Amino acid sequence: MKVLVAVKRVVDYNVKVRVKADNSGVDLANVKMSMNPFCEIAVEEAVRLKEKGVATEIVVVSIGPATAQEQLRTALALGADRAILVESAEELTSLAVAKLLKAVVDKEQPQLVILGKQAIDSDNNQTGQMLAALTGYGQGTFASKVEVSGDSVAVTREIDGGAQTVSLKLPAIVTTDLRLNEPRYASLPNIMKAKKKPLESLTPEALGVSTASTNKTVKVGAPAARSAGIKVKSVAELVEKLKNEAKVI
Amino acid sequence: MTILVIAEHDNKVLAPATLNTVAAAAKIGGDIHVLVAGQGAGAVAEAAAKVAGVSKVLVADNAAYAHQLPENVAPLVAELGGGYSHILAAATSNGKNILPRVAAQLDVDQISEIISVESADTFKRPIYAGNAIATVQSNASVKVITVRATGFDPVAAEGGSAAVEAVAAAHDAGTSSFVGEELAKSDRPELTAAKIVVSGGRGMQNGDNFKHLYALADKLGAAVGASRAAVDAGFVPNDMQVGQTGKIVAPQLYIAVGISGAIQHLAGMKDSKVIVAINKDEEAPIFQVADYGLVADLFEAVPELEKLV
Repeated sequence: MKVLVAVKRVVDYNVKVRVKADNSGVDLANVKMSMNPFCEIAVEEAVRLKEKGVATEIVVVSIGPATAQEQLRTALALGADRAILVESAEELTSLAVAKLLKAVVDKEQPQLVILGKQAIDSDNNQTGQMLAALTGYGQGTFASKVEVSGDSVAVTREIDGGAQTVSLKLPAIVTTDLRLNEPRYASLPNIMKAKKKPLESLTPEALGVSTASTNKTVKVGAPAARSAGIKVKSVAELVEKLKNEAKVI
Repeated sequence: MTILVIAEHDNKVLAPATLNTVAAAAKIGGDIHVLVAGQGAGAVAEAAAKVAGVSKVLVADNAAYAHQLPENVAPLVAELGGGYSHILAAATSNGKNILPRVAAQLDVDQISEIISVESADTFKRPIYAGNAIATVQSNASVKVITVRATGFDPVAAEGGSAAVEAVAAAHDAGTSSFVGEELAKSDRPELTAAKIVVSGGRGMQNGDNFKHLYALADKLGAAVGASRAAVDAGFVPNDMQVGQTGKIVAPQLYIAVGISGAIQHLAGMKDSKVIVAINKDEEAPIFQVADYGLVADLFEAVPELEKLV
């Protein structure tokens, strides 16, 4: 079966971002960018499904600026077969991305679509669920285990009180949680080979999708800073402070 | 304006996060209706009717809603919610699962995890692991929003007397089915609602050593959390993880033990009122957000702390 994996180019998770002085957004100039960590897990899961003989072809798709080609090449080096870039210079909302992915799903007809559970920049946690709504497919969000058997997939999900398993009819949408797998690193020969793999470029217009949004970001500010704390010398002093100064115990 | 709040529940008990969500609805202003979708959830509906500020409770009782499968619940919410000005759900694993599906069905953008209400159409929410706060305005006909519970003080669970009305709509998409679940059992307070949280990290070295934290937590009436490192190392189960991708907590007191304080962990706890860090590395980033820091070996400090509190 064909597996479609969506990946996003985001600021690297180790970077401590700064808010721009004019409060228009965060400063991403000259900041290291990477594949969103949850998307790496999604790619890894697809590659493992292929290694098990379940998946026959892995198509990776990214929606974003031309530079997102780097992340698609990374996914190709990890084992994806071909890539699609839907080029859009502006920042899109999750709904717009879901609509574009729906157009790609219609074109490619995958049996399984794997996304990360959230992107670490917008922290939305929406796109997979929205794509599931638009396609009418079942959704297995926050997956920690994925097992395909016949025409269904069993997904174990991380929920607030523990874990839940649901069975979804294929085609289905899965979003990955941290503990689904440990992503591999791309080897140098595979990075070289990935340069020769096909990468198709599309535009929202070519897919006939409007990316208009009902949301507008008015302002981006820095969070309230915490006032500096103190170091205590002993446990006794700590207890005394908590009881008499902070009054929390 | 009428606001629809999706009740968070397990068919037996109304979850506390619902009270925080109703609080956010009250800040927006207008009539507040609560939808209880489930199976045999009569007690939940009764509890919801008593919540302060709620004027009507809608109950959709159907086998298809028993396990809150989004394929079945989302069409119900979209059908009922079209006439409301706002649809709100708690940003729990359940709310996060269902609400974006509702938003897409209504063809509107969603606003996730709001921490404050600026006006009926403008909200604040953290982005980049809480390192920036975005003010977002929505011009959607129906504003679909998940609410971060720690951003709003809960409304009173008693005092209201809302009318309870049954909803007949039954949606069964037939694309998904519930197989089973494994819930962690704990007698301690729930992590997201606890007044005191004691968390352990990689410094705990193994799962057995968490007994020191459990002993301290029991003495304080606290919940026990963990960093991703402790969860990944298998010391404790996943649902104890505090952070950007785990649970968001904002207790009166947060005690971080053997936790370095990575960006992703801070995202889940830096709104705590008082933060205490116990770590033997005095350069650990956790000390930058801690109100009280103790540079010490946790295996000596934690038992001593347990004795003294």
